Amino acid sequence: MSAELDLAGRVVELVRQQAGAGAEAEVVAVHSADALTRFANSAIHQNVAEATTSVQLRLHLDGRTAGGSTTVTSAEGLTSLVERTVAAAGLAPRDPNWAGLTAPTPLRPSGAFDEATAAAGPGERAARVRDFVDAAGGLETAGFCRTTYVSGGFANSAGQAVTGRSAEAAMDGIARFEGADGVARLAGGKLAAIDGGPLGARAAAKARAGSRPIELPPGHYEVVLEPTAVSDVLDNLATWGFNGKAFAQHQSFAELGAHQFDDKITITDEPLGATLPFDLEGTPRDTLVLVRDGVTQAVSHDRTSAAEAGGVSTGHASGASRSWGPMATNLRLSPGPVTNAVPEEAIGPTAASARALVSRMRRGLLITDFWYTRVLDQKSLVLTGLTRNGVWLVEDGEVTAAVSNMRFTQSYPQALAPGAVLAVGADALPLPDRWSGVRYTAPALHLAAWNLTGNASG
Amino acid sequence: MSVDHFDEAGAAVQAALDAGARYADARVMLRRTESMSARDGDVEDLSSGESAGIGVRALVGSSWGFFAVPDLDDAAARAAGRRAAEIAAASARVPGPAIDLVRSEPVTASWASACEIDPLSVPLSEKGDLLVAATAAARDAGADLAEGIYQIWDTRKWFVSSDGHRIDQHIRECGAGVTASAFGDGEIQRRSWPSHRGQYGTRGWELVHELALTDNAARMAEEARALLTAPLCPAGETTLILGGEQLALQIHESVGHAIELDRILGWEAAFAGTSWLDLAQLGRLRYGSDLMNVTIDPGIPGALGSFGFDDEGSPAVKRDAVRDGIWVGVLAGRDSAAMAGLDYAGSVRADGWARLPMVRMTNVGLEPGPHTLDEIIAATDDGIFMDINRSWSIDDRRLNFQFGCEIGYEIKNGKRGRMLRNPTYTGIGPKFWQSMDMLSSETVAWGTPNCGKGQPGQVGHTGHPAAPARFTNVRVGVRA
Repeated sequence: MSAELDLAGRVVELVRQQAGAGAEAEVVAVHSADALTRFANSAIHQNVAEATTSVQLRLHLDGRTAGGSTTVTSAEGLTSLVERTVAAAGLAPRDPNWAGLTAPTPLRPSGAFDEATAAAGPGERAARVRDFVDAAGGLETAGFCRTTYVSGGFANSAGQAVTGRSAEAAMDGIARFEGADGVARLAGGKLAAIDGGPLGARAAAKARAGSRPIELPPGHYEVVLEPTAVSDVLDNLATWGFNGKAFAQHQSFAELGAHQFDDKITITDEPLGATLPFDLEGTPRDTLVLVRDGVTQAVSHDRTSAAEAGGVSTGHASGASRSWGPMATNLRLSPGPVTNAVPEEAIGPTAASARALVSRMRRGLLITDFWYTRVLDQKSLVLTGLTRNGVWLVEDGEVTAAVSNMRFTQSYPQALAPGAVLAVGADALPLPDRWSGVRYTAPALHLAAWNLTGNASG
Repeated sequence: MSVDHFDEAGAAVQAALDAGARYADARVMLRRTESMSARDGDVEDLSSGESAGIGVRALVGSSWGFFAVPDLDDAAARAAGRRAAEIAAASARVPGPAIDLVRSEPVTASWASACEIDPLSVPLSEKGDLLVAATAAARDAGADLAEGIYQIWDTRKWFVSSDGHRIDQHIRECGAGVTASAFGDGEIQRRSWPSHRGQYGTRGWELVHELALTDNAARMAEEARALLTAPLCPAGETTLILGGEQLALQIHESVGHAIELDRILGWEAAFAGTSWLDLAQLGRLRYGSDLMNVTIDPGIPGALGSFGFDDEGSPAVKRDAVRDGIWVGVLAGRDSAAMAGLDYAGSVRADGWARLPMVRMTNVGLEPGPHTLDEIIAATDDGIFMDINRSWSIDDRRLNFQFGCEIGYEIKNGKRGRMLRNPTYTGIGPKFWQSMDMLSSETVAWGTPNCGKGQPGQVGHTGHPAAPARFTNVRVGVRA
């Protein structure tokens, strides 16, 4: 038994002692060791690590529900957690939406776990930063290298008891040249597979190719989105569209069984190996097909949204899912067929996974990354945001000029609608989210139109 | 637990010094949280949390290290201090320029935010009844979806530095809000009271009483439904009048973040971004019109960004950021200020014990103007009034912004006219601020409890005094 499962089991037993056998309790205990080495102006300026154990309890008692959490895991701390959560449940208004506990259910096999990544120290992260900085050839650089280890245990009063662990490594950095930024990022389960050198060289190549940009007028442009930009599309589809609560409350565009996307679009959520193999309600995680060949197949559910929508939990409960809705955080856009039409370039602005798509674009924009994307209308999933880290004009399959950053206002489902996707890149890259540690796997996308609504002049 | 935690913080600092640090500080923090959300007359979620731990920062040579653990015994604190120094030593593999810290007077002090009604002592049933009643009122008035939320944070912290600081603080924050949504054919309209995600402050539950959620919930529902059939906000350039809540977020995004010294120095270049501001122009650059006077003031009673001392031990001091339209000040920390050649810090904060203190907004807001909203509307022949934020987006240099608001109104011949749906506006920061030609005196210190920055991510609580204001030649009505 893991230490975390032992902790969770002790809390379930404390609930039984304090609130009786009729109390429904679910407990997750997580030990996490997060470390992030951050650099700017080509020097490490922030270098942090934490080792934390936390316990979360959710309790349903006499028709009322309350949740509690603590980082104080002594006997006294656990007793306090149970006492205040039982007291809160007693005082809370009635909860008609309680969806019950997860029955004992075995976990899916979750793949390899890399001990070396879990145990990585600051020296290993600093070495990758050193390589990134050196490979940028004297350009100013900034970014991070991080490692994360999570070990968790779940127990509930219905008898579900599961445990698991995961490790993740990621690097994300920019190089800067004459006001232009270029980016490279990569995530995965093994720190050993992340080499700062190629990432630094890629970022520098983009930065050098991005200097002296021209300004283009707003309008609808054909675009090739590099994987880094596609990951933002996946992020927003997951957060607002495939969110089970939003779906149940008719705030999502998603219609199960409807042909809402181009035939080339297949999107799955693939959490196994990337995170704990169970969610906060103890539901085993598994691959979930959200879109297959353009047809919306599923949305992500916790037990509450599943009950409301008449479905079953897909293993996406989180601490915030009852309020903000269950969200898939490991989306993968399936790559397209392999083409060998374009030779590898040693240096240039275009990521390898986007080169074949660029070569077939008559006139349009190559966009590296999106930034600060925010929803204007949730139902149609219209967002505004900006390009970042490199935009280029492409004419007759060749990059002809760097372009200054532009603002867009665009419905994401509309951009991926039937007939709107001209091609999907053949290589899908695992990419870290810049904020929270989730990750997406994305190829490049060639789209018929993207609505650019502003430029550097406004 | 003991009454105070200076001993543990001091032990961590000493261990970091013993391990080679030339400066170290440590914060022990205990935080209790509570939140509840309700939907359509039912409680949806009720959660409480307790978090306790110590975060230690060590400066070895010119390199920083930080380590945090949830254990508060002496041995764990010392181990954390040593780990922070070890991490700092590893940072030296990719070293930067020499780091100095601007002087911060060593002080032994205690500070607490004012609180009339301890929000954690208010019975859960009373708090639940409030959200149930407010959301039921909105639902009964025609909302397709009515949501309510309150949040409470109760934070105690003990700070010790090797420069001689020993400071404890007790900060209580809370707030609440209600939102009504109406579903139309392919779109959703939303109205929120008193603001997007609610109003928050460093106050007790008396703040929530003053919000009168239930009294305003029905009107929110009626306005959300009315928006479904209101005409679209027209596209083009016009005179724009912003309500105070929207102006607060405009300040946050296009002034507050832009004057963060770590951004200006490039420390956030890869993620949050940089700033269009150049330190060489500090004291000379025209940011806005003469009406624009922005202060950095962590001492405003009850505002969400208020404290007695920041997380480096610098006392709360009011400073000018923009005076008569000229950029004159920044949000700074002890190391960034020294690097920039400035002599003040005071704006460094951390989201909990497990996070590195970094430059953050405190209360950044506009001083009141000479007008009222009624006077501004009366003085406007042709324009649009927009209020309550719905969406926000700005580029990584804090120049090119686009905001959406929940509701708009035509202004014709000095009077408020038709309601407008999906109002949006866009612009470039300094051009926008230089077009501000009328500013109200009706200031409210709006609280923003969801300011994201840093890697690993940190959520900051900031305050923004703001009042309605008018801007000329603004592009509105941007849509897909």
